[in-house]
Amino acid sequence: MPHASPAVEIDGLVMAYGDKVAVDGLSLDVARGSITAVLGPNGAGKTTTLETCEGYRAPQRGTVRVLGLDPQRDRTALLPRIGVMLQDGGAWSGVRAVEMLEHMAALHAHPLDTAMLVDRLGLGDCGRTPYRRLSGGQRQRLGLAVALVGRPELVFVDEPTAGMDPQARRTTWELLEEIRGDGVTVVLTTHHMEEAEHLADRIHIIDHGTAIASGTPAELTRGGRSATIRLVVNRPFPDGAPESLRAELGPLTEVRQLDEVSMLIHGPADATTLGRVSRWCEEHGVLPQTLNLGQRTLEDVFLELTGRELAP
Amino acid sequence: MNPLPTSPSPTTFAPAPGSAPLARMVLAQARMEARLMLRNGEQLLLALVIPVIVLVGGVVAAGRLGSTLGGAAAVDVLTPGVLALAVMSTAFTSVAIATGFERRYGVIKLLGASPLPRHGLLLGKALALLIVVALQLVVLVVVGLLLGWEPTLTHPVRTVLGLVLAVGLGTAAFAALGLFVAGVLRAEATLALANLVYLLLMAGGGIVLPTSTYGAAGGLVEWLPSGALGEAMRGALVDGQIDARSLLVLAAWAGLGTVLTARTFKWE
Repeated sequence: MPHASPAVEIDGLVMAYGDKVAVDGLSLDVARGSITAVLGPNGAGKTTTLETCEGYRAPQRGTVRVLGLDPQRDRTALLPRIGVMLQDGGAWSGVRAVEMLEHMAALHAHPLDTAMLVDRLGLGDCGRTPYRRLSGGQRQRLGLAVALVGRPELVFVDEPTAGMDPQARRTTWELLEEIRGDGVTVVLTTHHMEEAEHLADRIHIIDHGTAIASGTPAELTRGGRSATIRLVVNRPFPDGAPESLRAELGPLTEVRQLDEVSMLIHGPADATTLGRVSRWCEEHGVLPQTLNLGQRTLEDVFLELTGRELAP
Repeated sequence: MNPLPTSPSPTTFAPAPGSAPLARMVLAQARMEARLMLRNGEQLLLALVIPVIVLVGGVVAAGRLGSTLGGAAAVDVLTPGVLALAVMSTAFTSVAIATGFERRYGVIKLLGASPLPRHGLLLGKALALLIVVALQLVVLVVVGLLLGWEPTLTHPVRTVLGLVLAVGLGTAAFAALGLFVAGVLRAEATLALANLVYLLLMAGGGIVLPTSTYGAAGGLVEWLPSGALGEAMRGALVDGQIDARSLLVLAAWAGLGTVLTARTFKWE
């Protein structure tokens, strides 16, 4: 059933640890029944924001409402209605995976069938394995199962697929899409562009504790003045190649060397740029094998907004 | 459990939030924590193996030396002391170490976002602790009886009441102190300190041997929680007395530990 009021409303949130400001006047809304990604580099304030929504910390300034409730004052009413997946850990070292899940199920009134969750998240093989011996990916999947088992209306998942192999990541994405289909609101943090682009209905890009852009993936990547050019050459670049290419292309361009024969160039998407890249190759004795003008990605958007790479 | 006629099929993720009744949550938490404590080999060593070795070793040694303790048979004095030691090992050392690592591994944090309220968590912990202590006492009483222990039963009511009060207040005092240590130190430091304190108190804290055997230091040792617990247990089981002074000392330590813990404990 759609609700008029947002699942999460953050207005002017400020959080600081001593002198260090983690969240600096952040405002954002999360629509019910959506997947919302909070995207940003490490240290952007994502986890602090989530923990404020989960009632761990009181806002130092601003307000936070989750399902219309104050996460601190209305803790008792709110906690049964949300599911939380912490960024790391959240289990006894000696507890078995399934035992942990069953324990969390026992704290709720109408838990999901734990066997179904074990099956869906591929935890069958490690169900009797103590937590300390689970792999990073298995811990992540158990963490997600724990967040979902109480049938929450809203789940907060902090870096849900960090440490997962591509197949587990794909399964997790499918599961998150399915729970959205069943009416669960999902708020996830990630610094994984592809994850946000693939999953999210709405993305908030956060840097230095403020939202610097918000929109659907299509809105964020549409238009813009820049593109990604992928350059692959026939022999290794000479030393100092990125710097020299950047000097050739001018200050609006970012150049990143990927390996000894390929580079990514973020810059104006025009014929002049392509011409200059070709000329630079000629001057430096390398032959372009690939010179692709790519579609604008979230990574480009982030780079334009902040002047920095997002990938860790 | 209640029937759920209106809730959706259990194979979908459609929201149906709600917390379990408090009693069910507390029982689940207690069962979980007791199971983890009993499963942990190192904690089992502290909880049972060391007390059994101390008891058997002490009784055998006393037999070889032909010595008695204050006129009583060695087993009659050592068994109450070893019961006290078992209470201390679980209530202090195990609780401190387990709680220290629960903070480290984010267990307490995760539970903090679950429907289980903090008082429910504390109740669950207390219940788990009492379950484990009761199991320890049963095993050690059996071992003591096999070694020929004859508890004093001249005043059965006093003995039972004294025993219950000593175990209850001793558990409270040591658990409060254990939580205090776990709440202020890192997990590794807690592990080291909790074991060190256990060893020191076992050797010289008036818990296994009567404080009267400590000579001049005995007057000091009886004010320690270990000395008070040992004396209260021996009072009940050797003399058939309720040792009010020792019980008050334990209550004071429980109060002090609770205040310190409440002021300093960090859940994360």
